[in-house]
Amino acid sequence: MNSVHDMGGMHGLGPIAPEADEPVFHRVWESRVLALTLAMGAWGKWNIDASRHQRELILGVDYLAMSYYEKWLAGLIELIVKSGLASRSEVASGRPVKGAPRSVPPLTAARVAPALAAGGPFTRDVAAPARFGAGDEVRARTINPTGHTRLPRYVRGRRGIVERDHGVHVFPDSNARGAGECPQRLYGVRFAARELWGAASGKRDTVHLDLWDAYLEPA
Amino acid sequence: MTHAEHHDHHHHDDGQEPPSALVLRVKALESLLVDKGLVDPAALDAIIETYEHKVGPRNGAKVVARAWTDRAYKRRLLADATAAIAELGFGGRQGEHMIAVENTSMVHNLVVCTLCSCYPWPVLGLPPVWYKSAPYRSRSVIDPRGVLAEFGLMIDEDVEIRVWDSTAEVRYLVLPERPAETEGFDAEALAALVTRDSMIGVARVASGR
Repeated sequence: MNSVHDMGGMHGLGPIAPEADEPVFHRVWESRVLALTLAMGAWGKWNIDASRHQRELILGVDYLAMSYYEKWLAGLIELIVKSGLASRSEVASGRPVKGAPRSVPPLTAARVAPALAAGGPFTRDVAAPARFGAGDEVRARTINPTGHTRLPRYVRGRRGIVERDHGVHVFPDSNARGAGECPQRLYGVRFAARELWGAASGKRDTVHLDLWDAYLEPA
Repeated sequence: MTHAEHHDHHHHDDGQEPPSALVLRVKALESLLVDKGLVDPAALDAIIETYEHKVGPRNGAKVVARAWTDRAYKRRLLADATAAIAELGFGGRQGEHMIAVENTSMVHNLVVCTLCSCYPWPVLGLPPVWYKSAPYRSRSVIDPRGVLAEFGLMIDEDVEIRVWDSTAEVRYLVLPERPAETEGFDAEALAALVTRDSMIGVARVASGR
Protein backbone atom coordinates (compact mmCIF):
# COMPACT_ATOMS: atom_id res chain seq x y z
CA MET A 1 0.00 0.00 0.00
CA ASN A 2 1.17 3.50 -0.81
CA SER A 3 1.06 4.82 2.73
CA VAL A 4 3.45 7.07 4.65
CA HIS A 5 5.47 4.10 5.89
CA ASP A 6 6.99 3.92 2.39
CA MET A 7 9.30 6.84 3.07
CA GLY A 8 12.27 6.36 0.78
CA GLY A 9 13.01 9.60 -1.06
CA MET A 10 10.76 11.93 0.94
CA HIS A 11 11.94 15.33 2.12
CA GLY A 12 10.70 17.47 4.95
CA LEU A 13 10.66 14.94 7.75
CA GLY A 14 13.21 16.81 9.85
CA PRO A 15 16.80 16.41 10.92
CA ILE A 16 18.25 13.11 12.08
CA ALA A 17 18.77 13.40 15.79
CA PRO A 18 21.20 10.75 17.04
CA GLU A 19 21.33 10.50 20.81
CA ALA A 20 24.67 9.90 22.52
CA ASP A 21 24.75 6.82 24.75
CA GLU A 22 21.19 5.96 23.90
CA PRO A 23 19.64 3.30 26.16
CA VAL A 24 18.13 0.19 24.55
CA PHE A 25 14.75 1.30 25.93
CA HIS A 26 13.88 4.82 27.02
CA ARG A 27 10.96 3.73 29.16
CA VAL A 28 9.99 0.50 30.85
CA TRP A 29 6.71 0.33 28.90
CA GLU A 30 8.67 0.24 25.63
CA SER A 31 10.51 -2.88 26.74
CA ARG A 32 7.21 -4.51 27.76
CA VAL A 33 5.68 -3.75 24.35
CA LEU A 34 8.64 -5.32 22.55
CA ALA A 35 8.50 -8.39 24.79
CA LEU A 36 4.71 -8.73 24.52
CA THR A 37 4.94 -8.53 20.74
CA LEU A 38 7.56 -11.28 20.56
CA ALA A 39 5.81 -13.47 23.15
CA MET A 40 2.39 -13.14 21.50
CA GLY A 41 3.95 -13.92 18.12
CA ALA A 42 4.82 -17.34 19.52
CA TRP A 43 1.11 -18.29 19.28
CA GLY A 44 1.62 -18.47 15.53
CA LYS A 45 -1.70 -16.70 14.87
CA TRP A 46 0.02 -14.17 12.61
CA ASN A 47 3.36 -13.87 10.85
CA ILE A 48 5.94 -11.10 10.67
CA ASP A 49 4.52 -9.81 7.39
CA ALA A 50 1.03 -9.50 8.87
CA SER A 51 2.56 -7.78 11.85
CA ARG A 52 4.38 -5.23 9.65
CA HIS A 53 1.25 -4.69 7.58
CA GLN A 54 -0.81 -4.04 10.71
CA ARG A 55 1.51 -1.12 11.58
CA GLU A 56 1.24 0.18 8.00
CA LEU A 57 -2.53 0.32 8.45
CA ILE A 58 -2.16 3.01 11.13
CA LEU A 59 -3.67 6.23 9.77
CA GLY A 60 -0.95 8.28 8.07
CA VAL A 61 -1.16 11.33 10.32
CA ASP A 62 -0.99 9.11 13.40
CA TYR A 63 1.85 7.02 11.95
CA LEU A 64 4.01 10.13 11.70
CA ALA A 65 3.07 11.40 15.16
CA MET A 66 3.37 8.17 17.14
CA SER A 67 6.61 6.93 18.67
CA TYR A 68 8.01 3.62 17.49
CA TYR A 69 6.70 1.45 20.31
CA GLU A 70 3.34 3.21 20.30
CA LYS A 71 2.96 1.88 16.76
CA TRP A 72 4.00 -1.58 17.91
CA LEU A 73 1.42 -1.44 20.70
CA ALA A 74 -1.35 -0.32 18.36
CA GLY A 75 -0.45 -3.08 15.88
CA LEU A 76 -0.25 -5.76 18.57
CA ILE A 77 -3.68 -4.88 19.98
CA GLU A 78 -5.28 -5.12 16.53
CA LEU A 79 -3.64 -8.49 15.86
CA ILE A 80 -4.75 -9.86 19.22
CA VAL A 81 -8.33 -8.77 18.63
CA LYS A 82 -8.45 -9.92 14.98
CA SER A 83 -7.06 -13.33 15.86
CA GLY A 84 -9.58 -13.76 18.65
CA LEU A 85 -6.95 -14.27 21.38
CA ALA A 86 -8.71 -11.51 23.34
CA SER A 87 -11.69 -9.29 22.68
CA ARG A 88 -11.64 -5.53 22.32
CA SER A 89 -13.61 -5.14 25.53
CA GLU A 90 -11.10 -7.32 27.39
CA VAL A 91 -8.27 -5.16 26.04
CA ALA A 92 -10.15 -2.02 27.11
CA SER A 93 -10.80 -3.30 30.64
CA GLY A 94 -7.52 -5.16 31.09
CA ARG A 95 -9.47 -8.13 32.51
CA PRO A 96 -10.59 -11.44 31.02
CA VAL A 97 -14.34 -11.92 30.70
CA LYS A 98 -15.83 -14.09 33.40
CA GLY A 99 -15.45 -17.78 32.70
CA ALA A 100 -12.85 -17.26 29.97
CA PRO A 101 -10.67 -20.37 29.61
CA ARG A 102 -7.08 -20.01 30.79
CA SER A 103 -4.44 -20.92 28.22
CA VAL A 104 -0.87 -22.12 28.62
CA PRO A 105 1.69 -19.74 27.08
CA PRO A 106 3.75 -21.35 24.30
CA LEU A 107 6.81 -19.24 25.13
CA THR A 108 8.14 -19.93 28.61
CA ALA A 109 11.18 -18.20 30.12
CA ALA A 110 13.28 -21.31 29.51
CA ARG A 111 12.36 -21.32 25.84
CA VAL A 112 13.21 -17.66 25.19
CA ALA A 113 16.97 -18.02 24.65
CA PRO A 114 16.75 -21.03 22.32
CA ALA A 115 13.84 -19.49 20.39
CA LEU A 116 15.62 -16.19 19.82
CA ALA A 117 18.88 -17.95 18.95
CA ALA A 118 17.12 -20.24 16.48
CA GLY A 119 15.10 -17.52 14.76
CA GLY A 120 12.95 -18.61 11.86
CA PRO A 121 14.57 -18.74 8.44
CA PHE A 122 12.51 -17.32 5.58
CA THR A 123 14.01 -19.53 2.88
CA ARG A 124 11.93 -22.46 1.63
CA ASP A 125 13.14 -25.66 0.09
CA VAL A 126 10.88 -25.62 -2.95
CA ALA A 127 11.68 -25.56 -6.65
CA ALA A 128 11.45 -22.08 -8.13
CA PRO A 129 13.63 -21.67 -11.18
CA ALA A 130 15.71 -18.50 -11.32
CA ARG A 131 14.42 -16.18 -14.04
CA PHE A 132 17.40 -13.90 -13.62
CA GLY A 133 21.09 -14.27 -12.94
CA ALA A 134 23.80 -11.91 -11.76
CA GLY A 135 24.36 -9.16 -14.32
CA ASP A 136 20.87 -9.33 -15.83
CA GLU A 137 19.10 -6.03 -16.43
CA VAL A 138 15.69 -5.87 -14.84
CA ARG A 139 12.97 -3.34 -14.28
CA ALA A 140 10.97 -3.07 -11.07
CA ARG A 141 7.35 -3.41 -12.07
CA THR A 142 4.96 -0.52 -11.83
CA ILE A 143 2.38 -1.89 -9.44
CA ASN A 144 0.35 -0.27 -6.70
CA PRO A 145 -1.02 -3.03 -4.48
CA THR A 146 -3.42 -1.83 -1.81
CA GLY A 147 -2.21 -4.53 0.58
CA HIS A 148 1.24 -5.22 1.99
CA THR A 149 4.21 -5.05 -0.34
CA ARG A 150 7.95 -4.67 0.08
CA LEU A 151 8.45 -2.99 -3.27
CA PRO A 152 9.03 0.68 -2.38
CA ARG A 153 7.51 3.33 -4.62
CA TYR A 154 10.89 4.88 -5.33
CA VAL A 155 12.11 1.95 -7.46
CA ARG A 156 8.90 1.12 -9.34
CA GLY A 157 9.46 1.46 -13.06
CA ARG A 158 13.23 1.86 -12.62
CA ARG A 159 15.94 -0.23 -14.21
CA GLY A 160 18.49 -2.11 -12.15
CA ILE A 161 21.03 -4.91 -12.37
CA VAL A 162 20.66 -8.23 -10.57
CA GLU A 163 23.66 -8.73 -8.30
CA ARG A 164 22.73 -11.77 -6.29
CA ASP A 165 20.28 -14.62 -6.10
CA HIS A 166 19.28 -15.07 -2.45
CA GLY A 167 17.39 -18.28 -3.14
CA VAL A 168 13.72 -18.95 -2.52
CA HIS A 169 12.07 -16.80 0.17
CA VAL A 170 8.58 -16.41 1.61
CA PHE A 171 6.66 -13.76 -0.37
CA PRO A 172 5.42 -11.07 2.04
CA ASP A 173 2.64 -9.72 -0.18
CA SER A 174 0.66 -12.97 0.08
CA ASN A 175 1.93 -14.06 3.49
CA ALA A 176 0.78 -10.81 5.13
CA ARG A 177 -2.84 -11.44 4.20
CA GLY A 178 -2.80 -15.10 5.16
CA ALA A 179 -2.89 -16.18 1.51
CA GLY A 180 0.10 -18.49 1.84
CA GLU A 181 3.85 -18.17 1.70
CA CYS A 182 4.04 -18.43 -2.12
CA PRO A 183 7.84 -18.85 -1.89
CA GLN A 184 9.74 -17.40 -4.82
CA ARG A 185 13.19 -16.22 -5.84
CA LEU A 186 14.56 -13.19 -4.07
CA TYR A 187 17.21 -11.14 -5.84
CA GLY A 188 19.63 -8.47 -4.70
CA VAL A 189 19.19 -5.68 -7.25
CA ARG A 190 21.48 -2.67 -7.73
CA PHE A 191 20.07 0.62 -8.96
CA ALA A 192 22.21 3.55 -10.03
CA ALA A 193 21.39 6.53 -7.80
CA ARG A 194 20.97 8.63 -10.95
CA GLU A 195 18.40 6.17 -12.35
CA LEU A 196 16.35 6.71 -9.22
CA TRP A 197 16.93 10.36 -8.41
CA GLY A 198 18.39 12.09 -11.43
CA ALA A 199 21.60 13.87 -12.28
CA ALA A 200 22.11 15.52 -8.89
CA SER A 201 23.08 12.16 -7.35
CA GLY A 202 26.65 10.90 -7.17
CA LYS A 203 27.70 9.44 -10.51
CA ARG A 204 28.88 6.15 -9.03
CA ASP A 205 26.47 5.91 -6.09
CA THR A 206 24.07 2.99 -5.96
CA VAL A 207 21.06 1.82 -3.99
CA HIS A 208 20.57 -1.91 -3.38
CA LEU A 209 17.25 -3.62 -2.66
CA ASP A 210 16.18 -7.20 -2.17
CA LEU A 211 13.27 -7.82 -4.53
CA TRP A 212 11.10 -10.87 -5.15
CA ASP A 213 10.59 -12.38 -8.58
CA ALA A 214 7.02 -11.01 -8.82
CA TYR A 215 8.37 -7.46 -8.47
CA LEU A 216 10.64 -7.73 -11.51
CA GLU A 217 10.46 -7.96 -15.26
CA PRO A 218 13.26 -8.23 -17.82
CA ALA A 219 14.48 -4.79 -18.90
CA MET B 1 12.10 13.27 17.90
CA THR B 2 8.42 13.23 17.09
CA HIS B 3 5.93 15.26 19.06
CA ALA B 4 4.54 12.07 20.55
CA GLU B 5 7.94 10.89 21.72
CA HIS B 6 8.75 14.30 23.13
CA HIS B 7 5.45 14.34 24.94
CA ASP B 8 6.06 10.91 26.36
CA HIS B 9 9.46 11.89 27.70
CA HIS B 10 7.69 14.10 30.20
CA HIS B 11 5.70 11.19 31.54
CA HIS B 12 8.03 8.94 33.45
CA ASP B 13 6.91 5.60 34.73
CA ASP B 14 9.49 5.47 37.48
CA GLY B 15 7.12 6.52 40.25
CA GLN B 16 8.18 10.16 40.25
CA GLU B 17 5.13 11.31 38.32
CA PRO B 18 1.67 9.86 37.73
CA PRO B 19 1.90 7.20 35.01
CA SER B 20 0.76 8.30 31.56
CA ALA B 21 -2.26 6.85 29.80
CA LEU B 22 0.18 4.95 27.61
CA VAL B 23 1.90 3.31 30.56
CA LEU B 24 -1.45 2.32 31.99
CA ARG B 25 -2.56 0.88 28.66
CA VAL B 26 0.53 -1.30 28.40
CA LYS B 27 0.15 -2.44 32.01
CA ALA B 28 -3.51 -3.31 31.40
CA LEU B 29 -2.64 -5.27 28.27
CA GLU B 30 0.14 -7.21 29.96
CA SER B 31 -2.06 -7.97 32.94
CA LEU B 32 -4.87 -9.21 30.66
CA LEU B 33 -2.54 -11.43 28.63
CA VAL B 34 -0.96 -12.88 31.77
CA ASP B 35 -4.39 -13.51 33.35
CA LYS B 36 -5.58 -15.26 30.20
CA GLY B 37 -2.48 -17.45 30.21
CA LEU B 38 -1.39 -16.04 26.86
CA VAL B 39 2.04 -14.85 28.02
CA ASP B 40 4.43 -15.89 30.74
CA PRO B 41 5.70 -12.78 32.56
CA ALA B 42 9.04 -14.50 33.17
CA ALA B 43 9.40 -14.96 29.41
CA LEU B 44 8.84 -11.22 28.94
CA ASP B 45 11.60 -10.51 31.44
CA ALA B 46 13.91 -12.96 29.66
CA ILE B 47 13.30 -11.27 26.29
CA ILE B 48 14.06 -7.83 27.73
CA GLU B 49 17.14 -9.14 29.55
CA THR B 50 18.39 -10.59 26.25
CA TYR B 51 18.27 -7.32 24.34
CA GLU B 52 19.26 -5.06 27.23
CA HIS B 53 22.28 -7.06 28.33
CA LYS B 54 23.19 -9.98 26.08
CA VAL B 55 22.60 -9.22 22.42
CA GLY B 56 24.02 -5.93 21.17
CA PRO B 57 26.72 -4.25 19.10
CA ARG B 58 29.53 -5.88 21.07
CA ASN B 59 28.65 -9.04 19.14
CA GLY B 60 29.09 -7.29 15.81
CA ALA B 61 32.33 -5.70 17.04
CA LYS B 62 33.74 -9.19 17.66
CA VAL B 63 32.83 -10.22 14.12
CA VAL B 64 34.52 -7.13 12.69
CA ALA B 65 37.65 -7.50 14.82
CA ARG B 66 37.97 -11.14 13.84
CA ALA B 67 37.67 -10.21 10.15
CA TRP B 68 40.41 -7.60 10.61
CA THR B 69 42.79 -10.08 12.18
CA ASP B 70 42.03 -13.31 10.33
CA ARG B 71 42.07 -13.20 6.53
CA ALA B 72 40.47 -16.59 6.09
CA TYR B 73 37.64 -15.55 8.43
CA LYS B 74 37.13 -12.34 6.49
CA ARG B 75 36.82 -14.35 3.27
CA ARG B 76 34.23 -16.60 4.89
CA LEU B 77 32.36 -13.58 6.28
CA LEU B 78 32.12 -11.93 2.87
CA ALA B 79 31.17 -15.21 1.19
CA ASP B 80 28.59 -16.45 3.73
CA ALA B 81 28.05 -14.02 6.58
CA THR B 82 25.33 -16.07 8.29
CA ALA B 83 27.68 -19.05 8.68
CA ALA B 84 30.73 -16.95 9.60
CA ILE B 85 28.77 -15.03 12.25
CA ALA B 86 27.43 -18.33 13.61
CA GLU B 87 31.04 -19.48 14.09
CA LEU B 88 31.27 -16.83 16.82
CA GLY B 89 28.02 -18.05 18.35
CA PHE B 90 25.72 -15.31 17.05
CA GLY B 91 22.57 -15.75 15.00
CA GLY B 92 18.84 -16.19 15.15
CA ARG B 93 15.94 -13.81 15.15
CA GLN B 94 16.32 -10.98 12.64
CA GLY B 95 19.70 -12.30 11.55
CA GLU B 96 18.65 -15.48 9.79
CA HIS B 97 20.05 -14.32 6.44
CA MET B 98 23.11 -12.13 6.88
CA ILE B 99 25.29 -10.33 4.36
CA ALA B 100 28.46 -8.42 5.25
CA VAL B 101 29.45 -5.49 3.03
CA GLU B 102 32.99 -4.18 3.13
CA ASN B 103 34.05 -0.54 3.28
CA THR B 104 37.25 0.30 1.46
CA SER B 105 39.03 3.50 0.46
CA MET B 106 36.81 3.51 -2.67
CA VAL B 107 33.49 2.16 -1.39
CA HIS B 108 31.33 3.27 1.52
CA ASN B 109 28.30 1.21 2.57
CA LEU B 110 25.24 2.48 4.44
CA VAL B 111 22.34 0.38 5.75
CA VAL B 112 18.72 1.51 6.09
CA CYS B 113 15.20 0.14 6.12
CA THR B 114 12.97 2.67 4.35
CA LEU B 115 9.78 0.64 4.92
CA CYS B 116 10.06 -0.11 8.64
CA SER B 117 13.01 -0.83 10.93
CA CYS B 118 14.77 -4.01 9.71
CA TYR B 119 18.12 -4.34 11.44
CA PRO B 120 20.53 -7.23 12.20
CA TRP B 121 19.55 -7.96 15.81
CA PRO B 122 22.00 -10.80 16.60
CA VAL B 123 25.03 -8.64 15.81
CA LEU B 124 23.80 -5.11 16.61
CA GLY B 125 20.93 -5.60 19.06
CA LEU B 126 17.80 -3.47 18.75
CA PRO B 127 18.05 -0.40 16.50
CA PRO B 128 18.50 3.11 17.91
CA VAL B 129 15.62 5.58 17.64
CA TRP B 130 17.23 7.58 14.81
CA TYR B 131 17.55 4.46 12.64
CA LYS B 132 13.79 3.83 12.97
CA SER B 133 12.89 7.49 12.51
CA ALA B 134 11.30 9.13 9.47
CA PRO B 135 14.22 11.50 8.73
CA TYR B 136 16.77 8.67 8.38
CA ARG B 137 14.41 6.28 6.59
CA SER B 138 13.34 8.90 4.06
CA ARG B 139 16.63 10.55 3.16
CA SER B 140 19.27 7.81 3.32
CA VAL B 141 18.38 6.52 -0.12
CA ILE B 142 17.99 9.88 -1.88
CA ASP B 143 20.74 11.86 -0.15
CA PRO B 144 23.20 9.52 1.55
CA ARG B 145 25.97 12.13 1.48
CA GLY B 146 23.76 14.68 3.20
CA VAL B 147 22.70 12.11 5.80
CA LEU B 148 26.30 11.11 6.47
CA ALA B 149 27.27 14.78 6.79
CA GLU B 150 24.65 15.06 9.56
CA PHE B 151 26.60 12.37 11.36
CA GLY B 152 29.78 14.37 10.78
CA LEU B 153 31.02 11.97 8.13
CA MET B 154 32.26 13.53 4.87
CA ILE B 155 32.68 11.12 1.96
CA ASP B 156 34.87 12.12 -1.00
CA GLU B 157 33.04 12.56 -4.27
CA ASP B 158 35.05 9.83 -5.97
CA VAL B 159 34.12 7.29 -3.31
CA GLU B 160 31.15 5.13 -4.36
CA ILE B 161 28.33 5.08 -1.84
CA ARG B 162 26.26 1.91 -1.68
CA VAL B 163 23.02 2.19 0.23
CA TRP B 164 21.43 -1.09 1.32
CA ASP B 165 17.66 -0.82 1.77
CA SER B 166 16.61 -3.85 3.84
CA THR B 167 13.41 -4.63 1.96
CA ALA B 168 13.42 -8.41 2.59
CA GLU B 169 14.58 -10.70 5.41
CA VAL B 170 18.22 -10.29 4.46
CA ARG B 171 20.11 -8.24 7.04
CA TYR B 172 23.25 -6.21 6.39
CA LEU B 173 26.36 -5.66 8.50
CA VAL B 174 28.94 -3.12 7.39
CA LEU B 175 32.53 -4.26 7.76
CA PRO B 176 34.22 -0.91 8.42
CA GLU B 177 37.80 -0.10 7.47
CA ARG B 178 40.38 -0.96 10.06
CA PRO B 179 41.70 2.34 11.39
CA ALA B 180 45.31 3.45 11.09
CA GLU B 181 47.73 3.06 13.96
CA THR B 182 46.29 -0.22 15.15
CA GLU B 183 49.23 -2.41 14.15
CA GLY B 184 49.84 -4.94 16.87
CA PHE B 185 46.34 -4.63 18.32
CA ASP B 186 44.79 -8.01 19.01
CA ALA B 187 41.16 -8.83 18.20
CA GLU B 188 39.98 -7.84 21.66
CA ALA B 189 41.66 -4.42 21.53
CA LEU B 190 40.29 -3.87 18.03
CA ALA B 191 36.77 -4.90 19.01
CA ALA B 192 36.81 -2.21 21.69
CA LEU B 193 37.24 0.41 18.95
CA VAL B 194 34.33 -0.77 16.81
CA THR B 195 31.13 1.22 17.28
CA ARG B 196 27.54 0.36 16.43
CA ASP B 197 27.37 3.33 14.07
CA SER B 198 30.39 2.13 12.10
CA MET B 199 28.61 -1.18 11.47
CA ILE B 200 25.51 0.65 10.16
CA GLY B 201 27.77 2.82 8.01
CA VAL B 202 27.18 6.25 9.55
CA ALA B 203 30.62 6.48 11.15
CA ARG B 204 34.22 5.44 10.65
CA VAL B 205 36.11 3.56 13.31
CA ALA B 206 38.39 6.04 15.04
CA SER B 207 42.11 5.50 15.03
CA GLY B 208 43.73 3.54 17.81
CA ARG B 209 45.49 6.63 19.19
